[in-house]
Amino acid sequence: MKQETALTQEITSKNRSDGFSRRQFIKTAGVLIVGFSTRAPRLGAFTRGVEDITPDYPTFDLKAVDSFVEIHADGTVVIKIGKINNGQGTPTAWGMMAAEELDVPLESVDVWFGDTAVTPDQGGTGGSNGISAVYVPLRQAAATARQALLELASTKLNAPVASLTVKDGIVIGPDNARVSYAELIGDKKFNIKFSASAPVKDPSQFNIIGKTQPQRPEIAKVVVGKLAYTQDVQVPGVLHGRSVRPPVAGSTLVSVVGFNGDEPTGLVKVLSKGNYVAVVAKSEWQAIQAVRALKVTWKEPPSPVFPNGYDALYEYLAKTPPLATAKPLNTGDVDAAIASAARTITATYQSAFQSHASMTPGCCIADVKNGGATVWFGGQKPYRVRNAIADLLGIPSSKVRVIFYQGAGAYGSNDTDDVAAEAAWLSQQLGQPVRVQWMRDEGIAWDPKGPPHLTTMRAGIDSNGKVVAWDYNGRMLNGTQRAAGALIAGDTLIGQAMGYKPRDDAEHGVPAERYNFANKRRVSNVIPSEWAYQTGLRTAHMRDPNGPQSTFASEQFVDEVASALNVDAIEFRLGYLDPAVAARDINVIEQVRKAANWMSRTAPQTENISGEIVSGRGFAYQPRGDSIVATVAEVTVNRKTGQVKVTKFTTGQDCGLVVHHKNVTNAIEANLVHSMSRALYEGVTFDSKNVKAVNWVSYPVVDIKDVPEVTAFIVNPDGKDPNGKFIPPSGSGEPATRPTAAAIANAIFDATGVRVRRQPLTPQTVLAALKESGKAI
Amino acid sequence: MQEQVAGPPAAKVNNEPEQSFDLTVNDQKHTVVGTFDTPLLYVLRGELQLYGPRFGCGLAQCGACTVYVDGKPIRSCRMSVGRTVGHRITTLEGLSATYHGAGSNESAALHPVQQAWIDEQVPQCGSCQNGWIMYSAHLLSTVKQPTENQIRAALTGLKCRCGSQVAILRAVRRAAKTMGEA
Repeated sequence: MKQETALTQEITSKNRSDGFSRRQFIKTAGVLIVGFSTRAPRLGAFTRGVEDITPDYPTFDLKAVDSFVEIHADGTVVIKIGKINNGQGTPTAWGMMAAEELDVPLESVDVWFGDTAVTPDQGGTGGSNGISAVYVPLRQAAATARQALLELASTKLNAPVASLTVKDGIVIGPDNARVSYAELIGDKKFNIKFSASAPVKDPSQFNIIGKTQPQRPEIAKVVVGKLAYTQDVQVPGVLHGRSVRPPVAGSTLVSVVGFNGDEPTGLVKVLSKGNYVAVVAKSEWQAIQAVRALKVTWKEPPSPVFPNGYDALYEYLAKTPPLATAKPLNTGDVDAAIASAARTITATYQSAFQSHASMTPGCCIADVKNGGATVWFGGQKPYRVRNAIADLLGIPSSKVRVIFYQGAGAYGSNDTDDVAAEAAWLSQQLGQPVRVQWMRDEGIAWDPKGPPHLTTMRAGIDSNGKVVAWDYNGRMLNGTQRAAGALIAGDTLIGQAMGYKPRDDAEHGVPAERYNFANKRRVSNVIPSEWAYQTGLRTAHMRDPNGPQSTFASEQFVDEVASALNVDAIEFRLGYLDPAVAARDINVIEQVRKAANWMSRTAPQTENISGEIVSGRGFAYQPRGDSIVATVAEVTVNRKTGQVKVTKFTTGQDCGLVVHHKNVTNAIEANLVHSMSRALYEGVTFDSKNVKAVNWVSYPVVDIKDVPEVTAFIVNPDGKDPNGKFIPPSGSGEPATRPTAAAIANAIFDATGVRVRRQPLTPQTVLAALKESGKAI
Repeated sequence: MQEQVAGPPAAKVNNEPEQSFDLTVNDQKHTVVGTFDTPLLYVLRGELQLYGPRFGCGLAQCGACTVYVDGKPIRSCRMSVGRTVGHRITTLEGLSATYHGAGSNESAALHPVQQAWIDEQVPQCGSCQNGWIMYSAHLLSTVKQPTENQIRAALTGLKCRCGSQVAILRAVRRAAKTMGEA
């Protein structure tokens, strides 16, 4: 094996200045760096630890400038961020924020992120907060640093701070006297906390944020195969592990029989503990072949642990007493209003298990030795998973270093935490570094799933056709059966196979729309599913947790009520949105209505139905935090096959101030395609014994043949709401996922007059609904 | 006590002898040692440190592992290394040379498809992009000004979980335009 990869390069003395060398842990730096210049990133060399005893890795003060900003003697500005890039290009926006507040060229900025030994613990990436949760602290850190530098310059130039300006990292005083940031502080620490008095720029002063759209540096590497992903990390002496999964959910291990006396080439060891079994070999292909040849016997559970398919699952969700019921969000008295309503409307909606099915299955490398662990990791929450790894290994989390390298877009709590725990345990057993990469069937059948929902909606209408009662009642499996970022051994699949239990803290989710119905109730019930532990149906966060499911119900039901009252679907919504509390919602909806050339209709086009292919358009909107998205979907439906094809999306998103326009519109487009794939195709199939979805044939996803035309635009990118209030960045990683399924279902109704209340909207499901209504041909 | 059930039928232990294979990858000769049936992907990544092709499925269902053999895209996760001896293998790392020529001064430049990918800022996570770039470049080497349907037909079967397909289509159209003007 070649040894000259970046990971094994020694940091040279040139690269290590005295100011920072006191921090010995830096010697093991492996942090992923995005730099904006063509020069090599500062401190960009990677080495591995050589210490006999792993140090206690430091905790970084979230209010200290030094935790976020370093200025080096050569003028390089290093920004340290405790979040990761899930694919939306957040490091570029971080660099822009720092360059803006420090008044330095973007080309002088290197961004370090996602390394628990180097970057501050900002809680991991999730909730679309890669920008929103960095915007305030990073700018405050940079502004404090800038103020401190001006004070140093004031002394040096013997001029008052007020007389100084900064351009490109150079402080300029009276008579054009100049001193650079590098000269003022190069390689030394600031040793100061964030200062509230340090002036952070007003958005009206921005020259970079929202004003420039620099290219993402990592993309130039992706297109030539030079961006280092976790898959590509090379660690000398690494061994390759593969795990064995039971053929029937809930089985217990009886025995590891072996290889019938014919030991595979390259085999290092077969290991097992509890119900966990793994093979470790010298090369990756040897490990794959060995695990396939290993004979293992299992004992099935006394009775099947899974409901036998979706009909059984939804019956289970309907009948099982909840583990937890959230305090309802109430306005008025819904029960009384429904009891006295002139008319009531009821509908029930179903949403399936979905798999993260990340593009490349989880892959991690762990090196456990000297009382500590180094883990190269591709998931969203390095800081959280280090706790789960420490718990499984029985060592303090302060001895665990997790280093993010680019992984496949995780879009929630995917398989990566599980892989990391497996690699760490195997490395601990063998005393050598171990790389584990899941196979495709594991990445689909064994990742923790987005949870299924069963939702009942009721509306009460008075004699004037006004909605007087609105009732949302959701029943779902737990969105955080696996914590959002594994925290304990029991949160991981290997941990559960060894007998640990997950936290399984109930998480609720209800729609966030702002319709001002006189009486309104939103209730969420988490139905217990301990039976899913150790199986491929355990549940976790998946892109916009609970959002597509709850919105599929609520925004389709709004449409149903509008149609029942013979009101245009958008007009109906606007009639129940109060400009005093929903001005931004109204603005986004109206802009999308206009951009889509929405044809007002009070009823579906059923009278126009003729022929095999019919077309229609549907609308849905939903806030997500402070972001608001509205989408019009245009579809065709084949009445013979049930095949739905989306021909066009028109989507507007208000996500507060936008730092980088192109990255946001690309993220909106990507959300639309991903969420369309989920809405049309993605439901994890299973029977009472096992998950049946194991590859891209049994878990189909969108094909480029079926990618629609997309018009995606940002509403109010300068962050000014219709009333002039400033809205800071509020997130773009997930919001546009939320309304898609409902918009498509509403378009199907417009085309056919038929409601399809079960997602995914597969040809079989749609055809069954068409047949039931006599609309199939 | 429950009846014991057997696990899935175990594959036969495959201890075929290792051989030496002479490969031509990106116009360079390499000799690797392994078994005949080792998928080319593991040789490219594990032995030659070429990380352009990536593991996505191991089933030829996603295209992340795409390389050219004699100029045509194939899925290297299902191609035995032994079968590639005597053929020209090209990975993403060698793509630009197929356009600019290995000996040309421009061989370090980007293929127009790679440049279009940068100009359109196509990737989200980027894990799949190797397959899309390799198939798009192959399409444009055979059809100079493809129609929308030809583009989609050439790229069908490739997977992207992030949803970058809208940007991919823009980039292919842009590259076709660039190459048409070249």
